[in-house]
Amino acid sequence: MALKLFKKDQTRAMIDRYSWAELIGIYVGIALFLFFMLAPFIEGFLVSLKPLAQLFSSPYSFLPENGSFEAYRTMWVSVPSFGRYIFNSLLISTIATIIVLILVVPAAYAFARFKFKGMAMVLAAFLAVSMFSGAVLLIPLFRLMRTLGLLNTYFAMIVPGAAFLIPSAIWLLRTYMMRIPIELNEAAYMDGASQFYTFRRVILPIARPGIIVVAIMTFIGAYAQQFIFALTFNSKTEFMPLPVGLFAYFGKQEVIWNELMAASFVGIAPAMVIIFFLQRYLVGGLTAGAIKQ
Amino acid sequence: MTQNRAALIFAWALLAPAIIYVLVIVAWPLIETFRLSFTDASLRKTTNYVGWRNYLKIFDRDFLEIIIRTFTWTFFSVLLKMLIGTFGAVLLNCAVPGRHVFRILTMPPWIVPMAIGIFMWGWMYNGQFGMISGLLQRFGIVDGPVAFLAYGNTAYWSTIVTDVWIGVPMVTIYFLAAIQSIPRDLYEAAWTDGASRWMRFRRITLPLMGPAVITMSMLSLISTFNSFDIIWILTQGGPSGSTTTMIIDTYATAIGSKKYGEGAARAVVICIFLSLFCIAYFRMTRKLATAEKT
Repeated sequence: MALKLFKKDQTRAMIDRYSWAELIGIYVGIALFLFFMLAPFIEGFLVSLKPLAQLFSSPYSFLPENGSFEAYRTMWVSVPSFGRYIFNSLLISTIATIIVLILVVPAAYAFARFKFKGMAMVLAAFLAVSMFSGAVLLIPLFRLMRTLGLLNTYFAMIVPGAAFLIPSAIWLLRTYMMRIPIELNEAAYMDGASQFYTFRRVILPIARPGIIVVAIMTFIGAYAQQFIFALTFNSKTEFMPLPVGLFAYFGKQEVIWNELMAASFVGIAPAMVIIFFLQRYLVGGLTAGAIKQ
Repeated sequence: MTQNRAALIFAWALLAPAIIYVLVIVAWPLIETFRLSFTDASLRKTTNYVGWRNYLKIFDRDFLEIIIRTFTWTFFSVLLKMLIGTFGAVLLNCAVPGRHVFRILTMPPWIVPMAIGIFMWGWMYNGQFGMISGLLQRFGIVDGPVAFLAYGNTAYWSTIVTDVWIGVPMVTIYFLAAIQSIPRDLYEAAWTDGASRWMRFRRITLPLMGPAVITMSMLSLISTFNSFDIIWILTQGGPSGSTTTMIIDTYATAIGSKKYGEGAARAVVICIFLSLFCIAYFRMTRKLATAEKT
């Protein structure tokens, strides 16, 4: 990979030639920037390796002395239901993603393909929704969940969470679907296909890559943002997702920091795997909706 | 055309499920918040309408202070996100070996569950054992341990820094895409004319990034204004209210003290501000769109 990059750089235009001073400046700048982005993870990882006694000792030592992965074993003992929290997080995100996709795929197609009076207004209204956070609507949502009998169930965390993921998913998928040539619809119409048949058999298969990107983005959003609804609408330990479950490491007297950090790293592993394998889609997904509009 | 009518029905049928879902989960609670703000709703069974009493009650000096604090907190956070995001985007756009890896490495704060990143910051801010205080002491910048979350002033800035940290990756990636969509010919023409790198940045990159910066700062303004998790996990609005923003205040009133009516009135004030931001955002994007066409 390094070799390939090197060759490509050589053939680049003169404009991209940097002097040594410039190169050093760029790398120092990037190093500073990345240090800010990654410092908490570095510190968190080092903390997870330190024995608890060393953590609470002064003076501060950056690197662990005789560090070990012991905390990664004991974390499962101190909080036996930790595995359950990860499972809950994954389950909540998965169901939320499925709900969002079922609602968003047809809606995005309608916004992308049909221009009827009032649709622009509806689209604007959807976008406005994403600007109100759940925190503002907590009181009525709490009462709504209680009326529906959803308090202290998985659905108390899934149903409101999904609603706030819908707008950006619609926006993203609409942008993708607008790139599908309209000639396909016309050809299907000429062949006598119904609107629904065209949507189901012509558009959906072509839009699959876009739908996958939206699914990934929605899943990450759902996985990253399970806090406020889980904190407020659920008090049952067995349904808690990861972010709230981590509070289990906050003991009565003191926080078991090394295990909390170890547990955090185990908890973010799924997200990290996603980043490294799908980063190309992520960058595309994040920027597709906005730049051109 | 008869096809038109069928298409109309079909289009609205496609939209209906999403519209109904959002109406029930967002629009109805929004209306309900307005209604509740005129009641004395609490855990008690009975609820009475009390007119404007909740609003008269909340508008005191403390609440004005909270509003001002929310705005300054949001302002500094958005400003820092834009500055650091621009800095990062420009550097990551440089054609240097390793840039693909660097781009991936900016993403973790944005993608890991927020609560986890916040816990890690919580440890870093710890005065006795945390990294920041430890390193500052090591380099002799401060004499003793600094417990960042224990004092009003440092807690205020600490929560801002964490909020910036979570927001920067998205801003950076977005700005990077904006820079990359600038036509290369412009740079080549300027280069041929002997413009320095700094000149090209000042006269080409920065102005053409403008629309992206405006869009992103509006979006960022709205999400920062709504920021809850960071402050709640780090300080719960303390010490002595120094990090209490409007969202935290509303949560503490409504869910903490179970004063639903009063909490709803506070939520309504937030909604009014958010609607204003929203309108400004839509105006701005429309202006940008028409400017692009001409």
